[in-house]
Amino acid sequence: MRRFEELFFKTLMILATFIILGSLMMILFAVLKRGLPAMNLDMITKIPSGGFYIGKEGGLLNAIAGSLFIVIGATVLGLLISIPIVIYINIYLPPKSFLANITRLSSDVLFGIPSIVYGAFGFTLMVYLGIRASLFGGILAVTLLITPILIRSMDEVAKLIPKDLKDAALSLGATRYEIIKVILKQISPGITTAILLSVGRAIGDAASVLFTAGYTDSIPTSLSQPAATLPLAIFFQLSSPIPEVQDRAYAAALILTVIVLVLSLTARYYSRKFSKNKI
Amino acid sequence: MSLSLVIPEKNMRYPSEDINESTILTIVNNERKKVVPSSSTILNPLISVRNLNVFIQKNHILKNVNLDLPNKAITCIIGPSGCGKTTLLKTFNRLLENSSEIKITGEVLVDGENIHDRNIDVTHIRKKMGLLSQRPCPLPMSIYDNIAYGPKIHGIRNKRKLDVIVKKYLSAAGLWEEVKDRLNAPANRLSIGQQQRLCLARGLAVEPQVILGDEATSSLDPISSKTIEELFVHLKEDYSIALVTHTLRQAQRIADHIVFMYLGEVVESGPAAEVFNNPKEKLTREYLSGYFS
Amino acid sequence: MSLADHTRYRIFKDILARNIMFGLTVFSLLLAVIIGLGLYFKSAPILNEHSLWSMLSSSSWRPFKGEFGFYPFIMGTLWVTIIAIVIALPLCLLSGIYLSEYAHPFIKRLVDPMIDILAGIPPVVYGVWGVLVVVPFIGDKIAPHFVEYSAGYSVLAGGIVLAIMIVPLIISILTEIFASVPKELRDASLSVGATKWQTIKFVILRKSTPGIFAAVVLAISRAFGETIAVLMVCGNISQVPHSVFDSGYPLPALIANNYGEMMSLPLYDSALMLAALILFVIILIFNAVSRIILVRIERRFAL
Repeated sequence: MRRFEELFFKTLMILATFIILGSLMMILFAVLKRGLPAMNLDMITKIPSGGFYIGKEGGLLNAIAGSLFIVIGATVLGLLISIPIVIYINIYLPPKSFLANITRLSSDVLFGIPSIVYGAFGFTLMVYLGIRASLFGGILAVTLLITPILIRSMDEVAKLIPKDLKDAALSLGATRYEIIKVILKQISPGITTAILLSVGRAIGDAASVLFTAGYTDSIPTSLSQPAATLPLAIFFQLSSPIPEVQDRAYAAALILTVIVLVLSLTARYYSRKFSKNKI
Repeated sequence: MSLSLVIPEKNMRYPSEDINESTILTIVNNERKKVVPSSSTILNPLISVRNLNVFIQKNHILKNVNLDLPNKAITCIIGPSGCGKTTLLKTFNRLLENSSEIKITGEVLVDGENIHDRNIDVTHIRKKMGLLSQRPCPLPMSIYDNIAYGPKIHGIRNKRKLDVIVKKYLSAAGLWEEVKDRLNAPANRLSIGQQQRLCLARGLAVEPQVILGDEATSSLDPISSKTIEELFVHLKEDYSIALVTHTLRQAQRIADHIVFMYLGEVVESGPAAEVFNNPKEKLTREYLSGYFS
Repeated sequence: MSLADHTRYRIFKDILARNIMFGLTVFSLLLAVIIGLGLYFKSAPILNEHSLWSMLSSSSWRPFKGEFGFYPFIMGTLWVTIIAIVIALPLCLLSGIYLSEYAHPFIKRLVDPMIDILAGIPPVVYGVWGVLVVVPFIGDKIAPHFVEYSAGYSVLAGGIVLAIMIVPLIISILTEIFASVPKELRDASLSVGATKWQTIKFVILRKSTPGIFAAVVLAISRAFGETIAVLMVCGNISQVPHSVFDSGYPLPALIANNYGEMMSLPLYDSALMLAALILFVIILIFNAVSRIILVRIERRFAL
């Protein structure tokens, strides 16, 4: 009887794992099946032309470029905010500092705030500042979204810096500010992982840019112009009644999925390589 | 291994603007004299500890420590593990304050300055002391940059001067011949023994007066640790060396002065010969005879 | 520059850097407060007109008449969230136990990156999958057995899509929780003759209860706020769902769908910002609670 119960649950466990992996396969398969036929060179090299939304010529370059601009801008801004915070709580503050722990907790909590809230807040901020939906607005909202991710994943690695390394540099008479370079070098794989993770999150997120970045058929040339993004390209084109336009949504979904796949596998590779070095 | 020692100048002035190898050698020749204190009262101690108490998270780690460490000699701090040896060492260069919930009372005088004086800059204290930790801890950069890191921080930018410094201290640590062809290789490619000598050279490059060693040979193979020991013996002609030692044998081999600690207190301290041959305290005798460890 | 000046300059840089970093850290702590206040100020106009309770309990959503009843949207959110948790939790518990207790290291090495990928897939792609696979499946295969008509765009579709979306989050927390159960405890149970499964059932699961609770709370808050994927498959009809095959209109979808018109009607933007504020407050509380539980567990593990 005991054996039967164990066998029964073990079967269920394997089944559950298969359902989860099966869902992943189904998602990838669905995107591939509909996306591949719709894919062509025009999609990634051209911006939408006149009759694009009734199924005529054009591509998604506007959305690819817009996503890229927003992600790069947000990542740079996010790093400028998060690196000093991570350095501060790991180098300047003592190990069990209350401020450090509360900062970790708050970045954990902010990490859980949905992107639609960041989008809505970004929007109110833009109204307050008098900015219209634009590349800058999108960058602002996405920065809010990814900064907690950057802090969390860099902090994971920074926490592991051996105390000896800090002591070694400090005992040469360096100030804490002067050992930052050493520490950054030590956690550079962690920074890479953090960037990859947050880029993956940023590039795929629709709800935060919905209010803030707007949408346009051209490639933005300044921060005050609206910018299209890949997730919104998918979202808008899928709601079109015209099959050709819907196909482009699938092509866009394929592009996005491939980008995200590459990012998350690279991030994994990097973090594993790093953890190997630890042992 | 040949120990072609080029012993650094003992000069408080820094940045040492006018070093070149010939001046170093003249200074070396002038200063080569051995000072080993022979009585238990130490004249001109480099480090004096007065009524030092250290609490970590309400645990009384160091209890009323009073101590003088002689200049230009090797002092070995011995005692069972957990007796506060390492804590004592880390109070010397104020690294302890990086941990949380620390309370320190009493005085530590280095060269006459109280290191816990509010007006004293902590980097100034640390520059006076090179620390060699248990495991070698090369900075994540090249061999060259490891040595040049300290001098650069303290204001030397001239590449030619840095070259001279790097060569000088790598030689002092007996490492120059082994690494001169790959100065730009990452430091962590060196063997553990080489890394430890690199760390020693890195510490010497900021021209300290004291070398602190925290069980500096415990993670090394016997040959490497012999090399480091020999280096210490040479270096004591110019530096004051304080070592926390995990083996009594090592202390017997190289110590001029012994400090025996037990449960956060200094039980006995004095010249090595006296402490080893004729310990005054029962506890010391028991420890030396291997009664406990 | 003399040595003393140089040292003073270095210390000045150190102190300057420290203050800037301290400022940024405090700013990051205040961010949650700032977001809350920002949303509150934008939603203040509608809170002056109507009481919060009357809006939460009213079913009538007629922005052009100035009626803003959130009840259907709250119910939509609840339905979708509950369905998602009901599906995801057993899957994750079973799979999590399997991966951390039974699975061969080789299988773990194979499955772990797949879970990572699942976590990385953007919501909008989940939505595409929902539209392509889940919605037709419900509309054509499942619903006809139970109800007369359903297009498939339903709270069930939203729940299924959400369930798969929160799986990676729950599994990663669960495996950490299971790993934090001390080995001595397992050994103690095994050494009195318990089977592996009994050990899991009586020792590991019991010991992990707070962690599982935290994981569920975290998953709920994730499901609560998910926007695009749910928006794409839920049907978005402002009604209180009565069965899993009915369409629903969760709060985040409401915000996302109407941002275009929200400046055109009085109080409309205020109402949507109030919706965002409600989401924010609920999720903030849920997140804080579960994170505090998880930090406690981690600390116990570390000791």
